[in-house]
Amino acid sequence: MKNLVILGAGTSGTMMANHLVSKLPKKEWNIHIVDQYKTHYYQPGFLFLPFDIYTENQVKKVGEKFIPKGVNYIQQKIEKIDAENNLVELENGTITYDLLIIATGSKIAPQEIEGMLSEEWRKSVFDFYTYEGALALRDKLRDFKKGKLVVHITEMPIKCPVAPLEFAFLADAYFQKKGVRDQVDITYVTPLSGAFTKEFTSKTLKYLLEDKNIKLVTDFAIERVDIENNKIIDYADTEVDYDLLVTVPTNMGDEVMERSGLGDDLNFVPTHPKTLQSLAHENIFVIGDATNVPASKAGSVAHFQAETLTDNILLYINNKPLKEEFDGHANCFIETGKNKALLIDFNYEQEPVTGTFPFAGIGPLKLLKESVFNHWGKLAFRWIYWNVLLKGIPIPFVLRNMSTTGKNINN
Amino acid sequence: MIKTIKHVEIQVNDEGYLTDFSQWNKEIGEELAKEHDIEMTDKHWEVISWIQAQVAANEPLSIRGIKKSGVIDIKQFYDLFPGGPLKVSTKIAGVPKPKSCI
Repeated sequence: MKNLVILGAGTSGTMMANHLVSKLPKKEWNIHIVDQYKTHYYQPGFLFLPFDIYTENQVKKVGEKFIPKGVNYIQQKIEKIDAENNLVELENGTITYDLLIIATGSKIAPQEIEGMLSEEWRKSVFDFYTYEGALALRDKLRDFKKGKLVVHITEMPIKCPVAPLEFAFLADAYFQKKGVRDQVDITYVTPLSGAFTKEFTSKTLKYLLEDKNIKLVTDFAIERVDIENNKIIDYADTEVDYDLLVTVPTNMGDEVMERSGLGDDLNFVPTHPKTLQSLAHENIFVIGDATNVPASKAGSVAHFQAETLTDNILLYINNKPLKEEFDGHANCFIETGKNKALLIDFNYEQEPVTGTFPFAGIGPLKLLKESVFNHWGKLAFRWIYWNVLLKGIPIPFVLRNMSTTGKNINN
Repeated sequence: MIKTIKHVEIQVNDEGYLTDFSQWNKEIGEELAKEHDIEMTDKHWEVISWIQAQVAANEPLSIRGIKKSGVIDIKQFYDLFPGGPLKVSTKIAGVPKPKSCI
C-alpha cells in the first residue's frame, strides 16, 4: 500500500481529502490527513463577527464532520517534514509518504512588528483574522462610541486582500446605525500606493472611500506601534494616531516550513504557479494559502486549485505529465456596507473588470458594481461553504479557470 | 500610452510605469529618476538591479524584502528614493508597481 498524506485540515486540505477519496484506487492508496486542531472555522465569517452580523456558532464546526470515511484523520501536531526521507515527524511518531500535499495555510504574525504584540494586544490593538481576535474586537466595538479608528495593513501578501477594506466599509455602516458615525473618525492605512491598486478598479471604485468619508494614508511601511502614545509610525517617520487600531499583521506560512527548510522568508512554500507541484520535491504538492504563488490567498482560489490539483495528483501517480492549468482564478465578494456588495472575478493576467457573472448579460451577479444581490450571494456562500465547497462538489456554472464570458474586458 | 524619452518611444501605463521591460535601459531609468528629482548613484543602481532580479524571479516586492536584501537598510532606502520608495524605485526599474488584487 502507498500513502498519500495531507498536512492541514482547513479549507484546502479538507477539499483535497474529499476529492481524492473517491478517485484514488482504494486497494493501492491509503489517505491520511493531519491537523492538530478540532475546530474548522469558516474564515470569511471573521469579517462579520466584530459587527454582530454573525454569531460564534455560524463560523465554526467540528472539523471531523467534514473528513470523509475512508480517510485516516490524525489529530496531532506536525513537528517536521523530512523531505529527503519522505516522512513527517508528528508529536507522537512518524508517518511515511509516497505523496505529500501541504495545506497548512497562513496565519498572522503580530510579533514581526515592534510594539504590536504587547499588553495592549486585544485592548486597543486588534486583529480580526483569528476567531479570538474577531470576538475580542466585537466586544470592544460594542462599547466604542467615539474616537479614531485606524484600519491598517502591515505588509503584503495577506489572506483575503480585500478584507481590511470591507472592514472599513462595514465599520462606517455600523457606526452610522449606532448613530455615532460623526463621533468616529475612520482612517485606512496601507503599505501600497492606494486602497485600490489596479488601474481599472481604482477608477471605478474611487468614489467608495470618499462617499463613506474614510480617510486614506498610502505608502505607509510600518516600523513600530507606539502603545504609550497610541500611534503607528512608519520608516519615513509618518505618524498616524489611533484610539482603536485594527491591524492585519504580517501573514506567514506555518513554522513547520521553517523547521523543515521548505519555506521562503515568510514560510510560504515555493510552488509552480500552474501545476501546484513544489519546486523542490516532485512528490510534494502545495495548495491554498501555504503556497507562494502570486494569486490571492482566498478560499475561492483554494477551491479552483483543488480541482486542478486533483487531476495533477492522478496524472502524477500514473506517471503522466502534469497539466499547467491553474490560472490564478479568484472570485470574491466585497461587502461595501448597508446590505450591498461587489463581486470581482479575475486571474493572474486579467484584472477585475465590470460585467455580469456567471452568465453574459444576465448575471444574476454584477461584477465590480455594488448590488444587493451580490450581498445575498456573499451571505448564501456560508451555506455553500459548509455543504458544497468543503465536500469537493463543483459549484454549478463556476469553472476552475476564469471565463471571459460577461466581462467588459476592453473598458 | 506612449512616452518619449531622449527621442526613444516607450510604452507606459497611466501612472508612467513601463509596460514592456524590454524597452528599459539605464538611460531611461536615469530620466525617469530625474522626474522624481533623483540623481542616480552606484547605490541607487545596486537597489534597482536587486529589484529587477526579484521581479524576474517572481518574488513579491516588499519593505521586508528590502530589509533582507543585504543591499540596503530601510532608512537608506527611504533616503535614496523619497516619497514612497517602493513606488518610486519600481518605476525607475521599469517593473510593475507592487499591487494588491483590486
